[in-house]
Amino acid sequence: MIAFILRRLAQAVGVLLAVGFIAFSLFTYIGDPINAMVGQDTSMEDREELRRKLGLDDSPPLQFARFIGNAASGRFGLSYRTSDPVGRLILERLPATLELSLCAAIFAVGLGVPLGVYTGLYPRHWTSRALQAVSLIGISLPTFLIGIMLILFFAVILNVLPSFGRGDTVKFGWWTSGFFTWSGLKALILPSITLGLFQLTLIMRLVRSEMLEVMRTDYIKFARARGLSNRAINFGHALKNTLVPVITITGLQLGAIIAFAIVTETVFAWPGMGQLFVQSVQFGDIPVMAAYLLLVSFFFVVINMIVDLLYFVVDPRLRGMGAAAAGRH
Amino acid sequence: MIPGSNQAPLLEVRNLRVEFPTRRGTLVAVDDVSFSISPGEVLGVVGESGAGKSLTGAAIIGLLEPPGRIAGGEVVLEGERIDNLPYERMRRIRGARIGAIFQDPLTSLNPLYSIGRQLVETIQTHLPLSAADARQRAIDLLKEVGIPGAETRVDHYPHQFSGGMRQRVVIALALCANPRLIVADEPTTALDVSIQAQIIALLKRLCREHGTAVMLVTHDMGVIAETADRVAVMYAGRLAEIGPVRDVVKNASHPYTRGLMGSIPSLGVRTERLTQIDGAMPRLTAIPRGCAFNPRCPDAGQRCTAERPDLMPAGVTRAACWLYHSQGVGPALARETANA
Repeated sequence: MIAFILRRLAQAVGVLLAVGFIAFSLFTYIGDPINAMVGQDTSMEDREELRRKLGLDDSPPLQFARFIGNAASGRFGLSYRTSDPVGRLILERLPATLELSLCAAIFAVGLGVPLGVYTGLYPRHWTSRALQAVSLIGISLPTFLIGIMLILFFAVILNVLPSFGRGDTVKFGWWTSGFFTWSGLKALILPSITLGLFQLTLIMRLVRSEMLEVMRTDYIKFARARGLSNRAINFGHALKNTLVPVITITGLQLGAIIAFAIVTETVFAWPGMGQLFVQSVQFGDIPVMAAYLLLVSFFFVVINMIVDLLYFVVDPRLRGMGAAAAGRH
Repeated sequence: MIPGSNQAPLLEVRNLRVEFPTRRGTLVAVDDVSFSISPGEVLGVVGESGAGKSLTGAAIIGLLEPPGRIAGGEVVLEGERIDNLPYERMRRIRGARIGAIFQDPLTSLNPLYSIGRQLVETIQTHLPLSAADARQRAIDLLKEVGIPGAETRVDHYPHQFSGGMRQRVVIALALCANPRLIVADEPTTALDVSIQAQIIALLKRLCREHGTAVMLVTHDMGVIAETADRVAVMYAGRLAEIGPVRDVVKNASHPYTRGLMGSIPSLGVRTERLTQIDGAMPRLTAIPRGCAFNPRCPDAGQRCTAERPDLMPAGVTRAACWLYHSQGVGPALARETANA
């Protein structure tokens, strides 16, 4: 178990180093940062002087080591666009994205799992068939279209929900929260649905197919033969056996929600990291892009670690066998 | 004579008919099957795959898989008709008054819960016991089915047990609420031979001690001969013959049963070849007119291709064969006198 965690940690560090390398290459290969900093009439000597001062004439491995060292302590340099420290820029935008992602994930899991259980238990019922058909829309419609349609209906036609922004927020230290004001909560509804709809339909369809499979197994038949109540069979025995694949997909999708909030944030002018990233790309603001890349990969790695540990909680077959067998997952 | 035959039957199956509606019409998988089981009696049900023996068991415990359904007849447990009960009432009978054991112990247990938890939940579903008492009963049951170190094993998970041990756990689960009847569907088929004998001996001992009757569904004549008091032989969804185990095995009346018994190798007798029944059991879509066995029957006569025989007395057993009808066809007379 501990060996397993250590190995997973080592893998996580490897992933982060690889992403760090890609982020680092951005600096070197997408244009010369000196050119972006100085004016056109700066002399070559001044340029070389600046290059030396910034340590850009060191060998690439040394520069990479310095970059990783700084990144690990949260220093990503200054934004080319606003000259603010990148760490602060991202920290300002982080709460908006995390709160949006959290709401979208709760929406997706909280609705997706029960709907999946229902459609899996009563696959022939007309409501299940209807849900299956509607879920196809959720799977196939692009996110921005869903967002725009929601805005059109709820903000423009019905005029009950805001079409952009976070509404009023409350500050807790550096964290700004939209959970504690009425307008903040109202502003969360449409973006959360937009961001979570795809994941919801995905989770629903996954839980449904897993449930259908589990309900055919011998241990469910035997549980019926033991006279257990339907509730105990459906939720105690069947649902728990669907959890391992559901946790896997949900974990991956949670990472995806955070990373791909970009589209939703753009549609709803949501002041989050995704929007910051889009602005940085347009401006060629490499330090922000690099930091964003690293942060997103960090979230992915952390979520995957948690997912791996949850397998142990759910499935006793993994617990006894230790790291070797668990590695197969 | 038949053990317990003078008592009121524990279970009576009357004219049971199980159908599967399909696009090409209705398949009759179990047709007009009647038998009874007395308290404490072991009834073996044998037949080839697809003869309808497992479906008969599933119909009795009310767990036919849709679209299969009971289309006729009745199942009576201790004087109460149970085949038409609503799901919830039948659920309370399953596990409490009728236990079940399935074929594959490796897949019968939920892999994510300890066996103790599965035992306790079954016990508490049917008996008003506290958590502590239920756990004690679970440990006692594990001891009874011969699991060493029951006190610690109770917290182990199914994957930590071997196949034979798991089938013992399954038997303990079936015995949780001390049911009067256990429907055991091929309980030893998935186990290797040395374990089979242990499990059969265990099942026999427990049922004798608890006075539990068993409906033992199997295609293994050896298991039947060793365990059962009476045997029912099924063929193409119908009962071919039913009677005390000795008579069915040693002195079968129905030509199909005779063929079946002839196909069992025995240690004492030297034979070059075992007898085999020519042909195969008909598919449910194409059951022949008259007696379903007539195309393969060495003694088939005119009447056999025209009319379906019901069970009729044939020596000690009862067989569904025109040979034993008083107006039987030609070759029947000779055999009938031989058997009488």
